[in-house]
Amino acid sequence: MNDAAKSLFPQQVSLPRWQHGESVSIAERCYAAHRVDHEDGSSTWWLLDETDLWLERERASLLMRMSSALMTSLNPERCMNLVAELAATHLADEALVIAPRSNHGHPITRCLRGEPPTYELQHVDVEDVVGLGEALRGFPPVPSRWIDPAAAPEWLAKGVASIVVTPLPGHGVPAGALILVRRDKQFSESEEAFARMFASRAGVAMSAANLFTQQAVITERLTRDLLPPALRRYEHVELAGRYRASADTEHVGGDFYDVHELPDDELFVVLGDVCGKGLDAAVQTGKVRTALHALLQVVTDHDRMLRALNQALLTADHSRFVTVAVGTVRPVDDGLRVTLTSGGHLPPLIVRAGGAVEVAKTRGTLVGILPDITTTTDEVVLAPGDSCLLYTDGITEACGGPLGDEEFGEDRLHRALAACGGMPAEALVEHVHMLAAQWIGAGGHDDMAVLAIAAPRRR
Amino acid sequence: MKAVDSLWEAVLDGDEHRATGVVLDAAEELGHEVVLLDVVGAVQRRVGLEWAANRISVAQEHSITAINERAVTALSITKPWREPVHGRVTVACVDGEWHALPARLLAEVLSLRGFAVDYLGAQVPAPHLITYLHRTNPDVVALSSSIATRLPSAHATMTACQATGVPVMVGGAAFGTDGTHARRFGANAWAADARSAADMLLSQTLPVPTAPHQPIDDLPHLADQEYTLVKRSAGELVRSVYRGLEERLPAMRSYNDEQRQHTAEDLAHIVEFLATALYLDDDGLFRSFLLWTGEVLNARGVPARVLEPALDLLAAQLRDFPRAQRMLAQAGYIITACPRP
Repeated sequence: MNDAAKSLFPQQVSLPRWQHGESVSIAERCYAAHRVDHEDGSSTWWLLDETDLWLERERASLLMRMSSALMTSLNPERCMNLVAELAATHLADEALVIAPRSNHGHPITRCLRGEPPTYELQHVDVEDVVGLGEALRGFPPVPSRWIDPAAAPEWLAKGVASIVVTPLPGHGVPAGALILVRRDKQFSESEEAFARMFASRAGVAMSAANLFTQQAVITERLTRDLLPPALRRYEHVELAGRYRASADTEHVGGDFYDVHELPDDELFVVLGDVCGKGLDAAVQTGKVRTALHALLQVVTDHDRMLRALNQALLTADHSRFVTVAVGTVRPVDDGLRVTLTSGGHLPPLIVRAGGAVEVAKTRGTLVGILPDITTTTDEVVLAPGDSCLLYTDGITEACGGPLGDEEFGEDRLHRALAACGGMPAEALVEHVHMLAAQWIGAGGHDDMAVLAIAAPRRR
Repeated sequence: MKAVDSLWEAVLDGDEHRATGVVLDAAEELGHEVVLLDVVGAVQRRVGLEWAANRISVAQEHSITAINERAVTALSITKPWREPVHGRVTVACVDGEWHALPARLLAEVLSLRGFAVDYLGAQVPAPHLITYLHRTNPDVVALSSSIATRLPSAHATMTACQATGVPVMVGGAAFGTDGTHARRFGANAWAADARSAADMLLSQTLPVPTAPHQPIDDLPHLADQEYTLVKRSAGELVRSVYRGLEERLPAMRSYNDEQRQHTAEDLAHIVEFLATALYLDDDGLFRSFLLWTGEVLNARGVPARVLEPALDLLAAQLRDFPRAQRMLAQAGYIITACPRP
């Protein structure tokens, strides 16, 4: 035995029963055992210490597993829970994740090893804990800090052996702090270094979740008014609408519809299509809808209203024009009287209860491009069970079909509607929308909007 | 149950008022959950059967469903208020799935049982659903699919949901009567119906999905790309089979627009089901689809053997696809064995 072997085996050892090449564990360390046979029949065992190698491998694999878990969610609460759970499982007996203060306190997740994490908003004074305030502010940069367990406030931990506070660095914004608690054992230096590596990944994940949420909230607020309105039920009128933006990632696009209540149980409906797609077009639909709503307060005659809208759009922006179909719905004894006017839009279709399909006799110039426009208005009566369908060219120009390259087209729409006499308004819009969507199949499509006005069937 | 027949008659008449009356009366006697599942649900299953037997059209199916939906809304308004005490569940139909009522019934039942429910409705595009999950952090997402051909897209959506760390429960007719497809897709749970879904969510916490994976990890046979290639060239396949049929059956040349469209649609259906069967590697799916098509044709007085030349032409187009060949050969055998009308 050489000196190293003597220190490893203070007493004489019996003949080793190791296998050549295997890893053996001696006195809490790990060795690769190699046997070299000599000519005289004796042999030498070489023991190579690979404890650190195994530890590093284990940590690398753990770090990989933890990183892939951290990548899953963009929800701040779920992300904090995940960080706390991973830390409590692999790094400490208990872990706390504290995020910077929101309006209702600090979001805090606690997790005891082996238990599910708990998340809540808490009003705590972070200055009670040395270094925690700085860690939450993210500036000036602070290292991990050991806290004297005796000085820790009660909300943090009680009767424990060791506490480490590690900042969670974010994308230029502080993501929070990670607090690791051990009951009976100190953290070693390498454990603390590993915790820092984990913290830097956890911080990135948490700040990505926070940034996503901030952006999503902003988008939701800004686009709320651009979404199609929720349609309510009226005693004498059934209304239903459906909308699908061209991109699956968007909720809004260049098609729109709107409904406004007028005095005497009358309703004003509009459905239109702004030239272009995507968010730019959606912003323009917002302007058109606002303009029409304002105009409605002073003028209800369709022709005058569309002329005024034309003027407003001409002065606003020459590059964007719009086609609209507007309708005024008035309950009468024998159903609904609907006046319809097209401003360069596809004329609405009337679906009679018996299945006859008629095209409203209205024509007009598209709005927002010529100095002057002309329109003709049609008036139709919807008897109980009849409906009137307003739609955009996203339906009729849908490209696909069984052969993959045909337009859905107006003829096909008319044929399909012939089977829809007497349908409830929701069923009608859903049916039309479904036919177009199925026609398209997996292919791309334009924005699609459908709005149905129906005279309820008599009870 | 008497209420089932009364509701069936009311929805068939398109009489919303009567339909609402029937379910509200029944709810007083039987309770909301029973009415939702055993009255409205039963009527909706009957709609499915009637449609499959070609006794009602898709347009009628839509009308009936709309009336049924309104009856559910009326029930929902009168349901006993209950503070959500259990977890939060997002209920949605996969993209391309129009049958929203089964998902709606599940949402209503879960809410009656004390869950906080977000119901997103029919055909939810996957990006919308994923954003919603990130924003709201539900405990479970429940995905519904009724049509078998939506399964590949359901699988993709499911995998995407799991990648956000949210466990996925699936259900609906598309997943089969025993949930085989759900298991193969790696769903965290499958439920045969809304009642057992609610029972399951009440009695157990679904396991959190393991590391993110891709659909092909669940279905290694996709590596042969037969599904991908058939799906990608579906339009072309339908066109060339259609042309081939015109050559073989001169009568087709005098078809009018509508007849041409119907024939092309039938062919597109065959190709779509073949693609789905290839995705699942499930020969039985394609077989039973063709049997059903044969029955529908028989009911219209058309012999099912008209499908034979179409299958032949399709097989000729897909010569290099061994799995497709196998399925088409089996289907051809079934068709020739079909009884004549």
